[in-house]
Amino acid sequence: MTELASYNFAYLDEQTKRMIRRAILKAIAIPGYQVPFASREMPMPYGWGTGGVQVTAAIIGPEDVLKVIDQGADDTTNAVSIRAFFQKVADVAVTTHTADATIIQTRHRIPERKLSEGQVLVYQVPIPEPLRFLEPRETETRKMHALEEYGLMHVKLYEDIARHGRISTTYAYPVKVAGRYVMDPSPTPKFDNPKMHMSEALQLFGAGREKRIYAVPPHTDVVSLDFEDHPFEIQRFEQSCALCAAHGVYLDEVVLDDKGGRMFVCSDTDNCEDRREHGHSGEMLAPSKEAAE
Amino acid sequence: MYVAVKGGEAAINNAHRLLADRRRGDRSLPSLTIEQIVAQLGLAVDRVMAEASLFDPSLAALAVRQSRGDLIEAIFLLRAYRTTLPRFGVSVPLDTARMQVERRVSATYKDLPGGQLLGPTFDYTHRLLDPSLLEDQDVEEPARRPAPEEEIMRVSDILAHEGLIETDGTFPDDHVAGDLTREPMEFPMPRDLRLQALARGDEGFLLALAYSTQRGFGRTHPFVGEIRIGEVELEMDVPEMGFSVSLGRIKVTECQMVNQFKGSAKAPPQFTRGYGLVFGQSERKAMSMSLVDRALRAQEFGEDIVAPAQDEEFVISHSDNVQATGFVEHLKLPHYVDFQAELALVRGMRAEIAARDTDDDMQEAAE
Repeated sequence: MTELASYNFAYLDEQTKRMIRRAILKAIAIPGYQVPFASREMPMPYGWGTGGVQVTAAIIGPEDVLKVIDQGADDTTNAVSIRAFFQKVADVAVTTHTADATIIQTRHRIPERKLSEGQVLVYQVPIPEPLRFLEPRETETRKMHALEEYGLMHVKLYEDIARHGRISTTYAYPVKVAGRYVMDPSPTPKFDNPKMHMSEALQLFGAGREKRIYAVPPHTDVVSLDFEDHPFEIQRFEQSCALCAAHGVYLDEVVLDDKGGRMFVCSDTDNCEDRREHGHSGEMLAPSKEAAE
Repeated sequence: MYVAVKGGEAAINNAHRLLADRRRGDRSLPSLTIEQIVAQLGLAVDRVMAEASLFDPSLAALAVRQSRGDLIEAIFLLRAYRTTLPRFGVSVPLDTARMQVERRVSATYKDLPGGQLLGPTFDYTHRLLDPSLLEDQDVEEPARRPAPEEEIMRVSDILAHEGLIETDGTFPDDHVAGDLTREPMEFPMPRDLRLQALARGDEGFLLALAYSTQRGFGRTHPFVGEIRIGEVELEMDVPEMGFSVSLGRIKVTECQMVNQFKGSAKAPPQFTRGYGLVFGQSERKAMSMSLVDRALRAQEFGEDIVAPAQDEEFVISHSDNVQATGFVEHLKLPHYVDFQAELALVRGMRAEIAARDTDDDMQEAAE
């Protein structure tokens, strides 16, 4: 019973890591293709990022610097929990600074700061199959990918336009990778889709419960699906961040009171803090600055 | 004031501390021991072992205690431990004909060699709360019979003598038993993998599916050929020694469901079978498993696939309660980034409609 607590570096045993690395290599070789892998039961629940955690565990080394974000923030509870897990089982250095990290595990966001060569972005993926809600059967969707039969997806987007006057998919917006596979970018807002295109960083996607790994290698075409007369467009916010005055970033809406009061702040907490350190301040911070003076 | 969920770490630590407190409960009462859980909550321990696919009563009891009696949580704990264990071999198939039977009933024969043996069953208890259990009263020793000299033959073997029932079937010599905890799943699945998935599948889900077949959603005309519960020897081949050695005994529940089959172009009329095998004592699970196993063989027998219980991808993809509970419960994790995207969309669409209505009103007014 005392042996219960002893685990290998980064939790997974070396055989399992090798199996996952093979799947990752295959995924990199076929951008956007979902590689089945023998996903393990992890000590956190399915749906909490077991796929991302397995990918990170398979690629992390003692020299790596890890950043974990959830909803763009380093301090959301699940990000804290996953970061603490790797500190415990791999004793690696961790950071909240996007630029300092070699591996960034994320749920639902891509950092605002442009990623650079040598960095790896690991996405946690709930449903890897972009066609799943059009065709629930795995046996069918695999065939559709094999035959590059993506008409159904375009019909869905067309029906959106016919019904709502626009494409009403706002997150997990489907992309075509390297001109071949249609891929689910995980439930990131479509705001982040352009960041995937020709990224210098390696992007790995892990879906633990669904047992799939896929990848976008650096410098790869990632094109959001659209129509000539309805080109893809991202969300735009009228406001700027109330803390750092940033424009053109993704914002979270924070409800301030029960009278409709609200403010908008950066979803990417690291980017926001960095800007504030560099002297930017939004409307919410301005008064306190004055008071201090 | 802006509360940036800072201090997530402190919040988690405090939550864990409170959880530990609630788990322990009133400190003036003695703590439950692992031995007490193994001995007195044995069926809970059995379920945890079965659905975690790990036979170890003490660890299962530890998981039950740690999870405050939430059995799916306990199953999860035990599985997360199991996944770290090396898999060093495959046992010889269990010979359930050589079981030391504690309970054995057949619904297809009034009496049969080896007899009907009720064993420790709730079946004929009257479900009246027993006030005497409020206190710790002495319980009398069970009546015992001398151990039977011969093996208790399996009902499927009795029927097989006449060729009335399909045989156990054979695998090619080089067949290696699949293991879905080590290989990714693929559909369609061979039956050994399907049975593995069912054996670790959620008892409640399989029960409901089994029930649905009885109510006409994929009817299979089942009879309980036999249920047997008892201990069987677990053996493993050791290549260096050239023979198999015993690893010990485990308690299992086996159910052989006998189902009607009218025959087809390929096979004469014959009874078919659904099979259930579960760690420990769990008749409900073993019976449900055998009904669902038979329903899932519809394609093999050329039957129409019309009901959920016959649909392999539907059943197997959704039978795992650790996966299911994880994905259902993950909805409570923050999703505000995506929700923000949806908010913007709905606001935009509403604004468009409002603008259109205003235009219409103005036009009407102008006319």
